[in-house]
Amino acid sequence: MNENLNNWEAVIGLEIHVQLSTKSKLFSGASTNFGALPNTQACNIDLAMPGVLPVLNEEVLKMAIKLGTALNADINSPTSFARKNYFYPDSPKGYQISQMDKPIVEGGYLDIETESGTKRIGVTRAHLEEDAGKSLHDDFEGQSGIDLNRAGTPLLEIVSEPEISTPAEAVAYLKSIHSIIRYLAISDGNMAEGSMRCDANVSVRKKGDLELGTRTETKNVNSFRFVEKAIQYEIERQVHEIESGNTITQETRLYDSQNNTTRPMRSKEYANDYRYFPEPDLLPITLEKDFIESVINDMPEMPNEKKERFVSKFSLSNYDADLLAADKDIANYFEEVVKISDSPKLSTNWIMGELSALLNNENLNIKDSKVSSDKLGQLILRIEDATISGKIAKDIFEKMWISGKEVDEIIQDEGLEQVTDDKQIEAMIDEVIKSNPEQLEQYRSGKDRLFGFFVGQVMQASKGKANPKQVNDILKSKLEK
Amino acid sequence: MDLHKLSLKEQLEGLKKSEFTSVELTSHYLKRISKHDEKFNSFITVTEENALMQAKAADERYKKDKSLPLDGVPIAHKDIFCTKGVRTTCGSKMLSNFEAPYSSTVYTKLDEQGMVMLGKTNMDEFAMGSSNETSYFGPVSNPWDTEYVPGGSSGGSASCVSAELAPIATATDTGGSIRQPASLCGLTGIKPTYGRVSRYGMIAFASSLDQGGVVARSAEDAALILEGMSGHDPKDSTSLKLPSPDLTKNLKDSIQGMKIGLPKEFFEQDMPSYVEQSIQEAIETYKSLGAEIVEVSLKNINLSLPIYYIIAPAECSANLSRYDGVRYGYRCEDPKDIEDLYMRTREEGFGAEVKRRILIGTYALSAGFYDAYYLKAQKCRQLVANDFTNAFESVDVILSPTTPGTAFKAGEKSDDPTEMYLQDIFTIPANLAGLPGISIPCGEHDGLPLGMQLVGNSLQEDKLLQFAHSYQSNTDWHKKMPNI
Amino acid sequence: MALSDKELKEISYLARINVKEESFSSLKKELEQILTLFEELNEADTSSVDAMSHPLDLSQPTRKDEVTEENKRDELLKNAPSVKSGLFIVPKVIDGEA
Repeated sequence: MNENLNNWEAVIGLEIHVQLSTKSKLFSGASTNFGALPNTQACNIDLAMPGVLPVLNEEVLKMAIKLGTALNADINSPTSFARKNYFYPDSPKGYQISQMDKPIVEGGYLDIETESGTKRIGVTRAHLEEDAGKSLHDDFEGQSGIDLNRAGTPLLEIVSEPEISTPAEAVAYLKSIHSIIRYLAISDGNMAEGSMRCDANVSVRKKGDLELGTRTETKNVNSFRFVEKAIQYEIERQVHEIESGNTITQETRLYDSQNNTTRPMRSKEYANDYRYFPEPDLLPITLEKDFIESVINDMPEMPNEKKERFVSKFSLSNYDADLLAADKDIANYFEEVVKISDSPKLSTNWIMGELSALLNNENLNIKDSKVSSDKLGQLILRIEDATISGKIAKDIFEKMWISGKEVDEIIQDEGLEQVTDDKQIEAMIDEVIKSNPEQLEQYRSGKDRLFGFFVGQVMQASKGKANPKQVNDILKSKLEK
Repeated sequence: MDLHKLSLKEQLEGLKKSEFTSVELTSHYLKRISKHDEKFNSFITVTEENALMQAKAADERYKKDKSLPLDGVPIAHKDIFCTKGVRTTCGSKMLSNFEAPYSSTVYTKLDEQGMVMLGKTNMDEFAMGSSNETSYFGPVSNPWDTEYVPGGSSGGSASCVSAELAPIATATDTGGSIRQPASLCGLTGIKPTYGRVSRYGMIAFASSLDQGGVVARSAEDAALILEGMSGHDPKDSTSLKLPSPDLTKNLKDSIQGMKIGLPKEFFEQDMPSYVEQSIQEAIETYKSLGAEIVEVSLKNINLSLPIYYIIAPAECSANLSRYDGVRYGYRCEDPKDIEDLYMRTREEGFGAEVKRRILIGTYALSAGFYDAYYLKAQKCRQLVANDFTNAFESVDVILSPTTPGTAFKAGEKSDDPTEMYLQDIFTIPANLAGLPGISIPCGEHDGLPLGMQLVGNSLQEDKLLQFAHSYQSNTDWHKKMPNI
Repeated sequence: MALSDKELKEISYLARINVKEESFSSLKKELEQILTLFEELNEADTSSVDAMSHPLDLSQPTRKDEVTEENKRDELLKNAPSVKSGLFIVPKVIDGEA
């Protein structure tokens, strides 16, 4: 489907469910560990046994306050819970404890980088609610098996204003949220495992129109890439429908990553009426000013602040600073490297280049890097002080990765110190020139290209150790004679 | 010896003095239950083996001089309190085979003080009813005359204490379910301040109204056990952050100079002359004990019934959603899909009154009606609570009839559900305001007992018990027991 | 207050309680009797009060983020109507809840 989308604009809002990384559940003391055997982490409260009651986990309040602050939002006090009533086997009580009127976080924003510059996306609210269990369908011909281990895990649902205009912006917003929640260590944000889930509300309208079109909600997108593709598909589908004379049905659709399409969920007989009302088993939560302040003081530097600091302190480009600041572990690693190497630009290049390549190869997180930040810092220092050339450094780096040795040890062991003695270089150059009279003839008669040949021969003779600049200068003067 | 004629206090003292053993006392009650309960159907489950085991353990502790505060005294528990390893049915087909995997805090507290559980008492299904005619396990009858109802929903608890098949029983009260059966069976029934007694393990009907309490033969007995049941429970977020109150300290104090409020709106109701007369006599007794009578006004009190019948069904409609045939309880046969599982399990597992209330509650919360009904009712509820707050500025307790009459015949009020609801007009306001209330016997008519109600200010159960004890020290109504 | 057949069908679906056709009219009548009670609140002046959702004027307590429950699966699944491999078995569920 390749629609002519020039006359159309999309209106996109994202609802992101973040699974909070607490040890125990939102309302019970059962464990939240991933991957346990079915129903071994579902206590009587999670199973909605008759007579059980919820008790609130204090950690989630801290996490929500941190997130709200990072999103420049208000923290509501008092804040309270509500029952959202619906029947589904993975929802044991027949209602979900969520928030209705006074969500803990309300009214914030997030700045994202787009092709046309920085854009501010409003955040309507973020509220706490409990996760449901899981339904398993294979191996149970005609039946489903319900596992309630996940039931009761705390979620923070972040709702954006419908101010996103393109799939790319949606991904940028999603990536920012991802970065923030990992910075705050409130969630590991793993979309594949479901600790961060994204639903996209999409509608289209003719460019310039002020009225909103009918929107659909698309679920089951579990990667950044799929979010972009699903939204793109949905935009094109809606435009196609409208241009064919049809209207858009307000419905929930599921993304199919195999075919890159969305399809409507089976419609129910009656639209769901959630019959929200205040949760009578939980009292309103008062968040004292001191408490909120102490939580905020405990927050680390956030990605946007870090990025700005990298730009001003290290004179990095916006682009580089953005990349490094996006991940807290990478940013920390970078700063540690710079402490030793004192060379922000080189450090950036090495981290984004060589180190990234090796990490990706072995599917490692930078925290598990086989070359530590101070070892890389040392390596860069040796480039800066000309002990080794940049090219030799690459070989050394690989050796460091495999052996775990420090740069100086390898340089010594393998005698890789750069040759910077002019006399030595001269001697090597003389040897090379003597051994290649034909090329010398050709060069002197105008084949300038052969300069590279001579450089190569010298580097070979020196096993790469000759300082390239010096080789260049001395060779030039010798050849010119 | 007619051990069942001893008060609970006397039984406890007798055990301490080794006048008899807990095994003797417990066996005595078990024999009585076996002999008489067929007529009343007050027990759903009798835990004979377990009771004797508990009694034996209590006796051992007495021998070693290591006894617990209420050691060896028998008690019956309303089948709404989860008791681990013992069937807990809530009077419903839904849970007719449900073996609770954990115990309620109420049960645990009393068990830890050494009480011996005789069994689980019958009740209106899911605590919804005022006559104990809606139980899946058959209706309960009034020991005073088995053609009459004992009241509800704690009909089984009231019936077994009235028939002296247990010295005391736990019960719950959402709109009057302790006080009304106490009145109809000639007993002392107390519902404490909301939050006094933990609701953890007390199967929920209407969360913001439910409270656990006791049905006893005297204020003195009630005080002992209510104290043992109360206290902060971290497992119940709505539990008051207070320790168990001392309810026996001021019990015997004089009420000289204290003030009793008579709400004029209550006394403007139409009531049978025998009720008016009994209440007047009670008022005279109180005057003679030195209390001052003051007229008060609870001007919004007549909104209580509609408020209750919006809020209670609304909350219950959500609380009962968990009964869906998936994880425990009744499941319909051969469900063809998940919707069929839900629809038929709940059609077949719930009785008529429960289904009516769930549907009404669902309606009240549904889109378009929330503001007009539920929200409006919660606002009106605040009006009622404010009325009480104002009244308590000038009085210590508020007095009224508990019920609009004595017990009615079984089957008499089955046609119009709202007629049954009128049973609760005097008792509901205390639940709405979260205040403590007690019913004590104060008269009789045509061989059936009648009770009066005292409502106290928040956290003043001790004052209520004091007023009750004062009355009971000077009258005999509470000493009358039916001849079974 | 009148309750239409359509409304009764809807609320019984929302409450997942099947109501047989033959019981419809008697149930409707019973519910309408209860609904007349609701109307009594219309006249009340509630402009000066807030809705009460808790009789207690207190703040929600919290608990520490610790794992306090151990695996009690066998005990907790004992009452289940249908269990296989530690899972609760129900007729096949299609699609997810919105």
